[in-house]
Amino acid sequence: MARAATTADAFNAVAEPRRRQILEVLAAGERPVNDLVAALGLAQPLVSKHLRVLRAVGLVRAREAGRQRVYEVNGEPLKPIHDWVKAFEKSWSHRFERLDVVLEEMKAMEERGHGSE
Amino acid sequence: MAVSSGTAVVTLPSDTQILITREFDAPRHLVYKAYTTPELIKRWWSGDRGVVTSVDVDLRVGGTWRYVMTANEGFEVAFHGEFREIITDDRIVSTEVFEGMPDAQAVDTATFVENAGRTTLSILVQHTNREHRDAHINSGMEAGLQEAMDDLEEVAVSLRA
Repeated sequence: MARAATTADAFNAVAEPRRRQILEVLAAGERPVNDLVAALGLAQPLVSKHLRVLRAVGLVRAREAGRQRVYEVNGEPLKPIHDWVKAFEKSWSHRFERLDVVLEEMKAMEERGHGSE
Repeated sequence: MAVSSGTAVVTLPSDTQILITREFDAPRHLVYKAYTTPELIKRWWSGDRGVVTSVDVDLRVGGTWRYVMTANEGFEVAFHGEFREIITDDRIVSTEVFEGMPDAQAVDTATFVENAGRTTLSILVQHTNREHRDAHINSGMEAGLQEAMDDLEEVAVSLRA
């Protein structure tokens, strides 16, 4: 999968651990920037910089609420990441379905008393 | 009849990691045995992607493992590694190299946790950089696409019948 600049797609935006942390905090509900500063323990300019990147790829939206601006998460740009991992997940699911069958046989063997050496 | 224990759950805890988790309806000594015994590995490891043609496991610290599979498309893929830590029925740490991409060595930590007769298997794959991690996931992507094509072919054939 081709990658470009940090602000080009959600893959790059969530590659940064602090930005993932911001998304985790916002997943619980919209927050003003001061709450994010407190939750992350980072300086406000740094939090604002991360928010700009997240907004550029559409992962975070801002709205004015009275005198302050609150931020909320928008999960839609994460779908390509989800789909990317999903195919990998599917191949492991197929393996594990076969492992289920092997385990059922082993359990039956053990119950009949042939399982222990 | 096997009890369905749900699908594998794959998450990316960091830029260089893949975490694969699945619960099994069996005690952990059996899951561990199925995970480490060559004749049993042969029966599940390829999933729907092909047939396992060779499994070597020297289950001791410093011992090596190697799995070879012939994919449905006819080509052969092989993986190998070395065991770094072994706690029977509990935890295995080993290296993993896909022989088609020998520079990308990962360290896999498999843990087996039993609760009320069921076992959660977690495999944490630690790559040295994001590019290798992504390439690892892309290998599943290709397989997923291939499966989708196969499914499509089945549908097409059934429509023709």
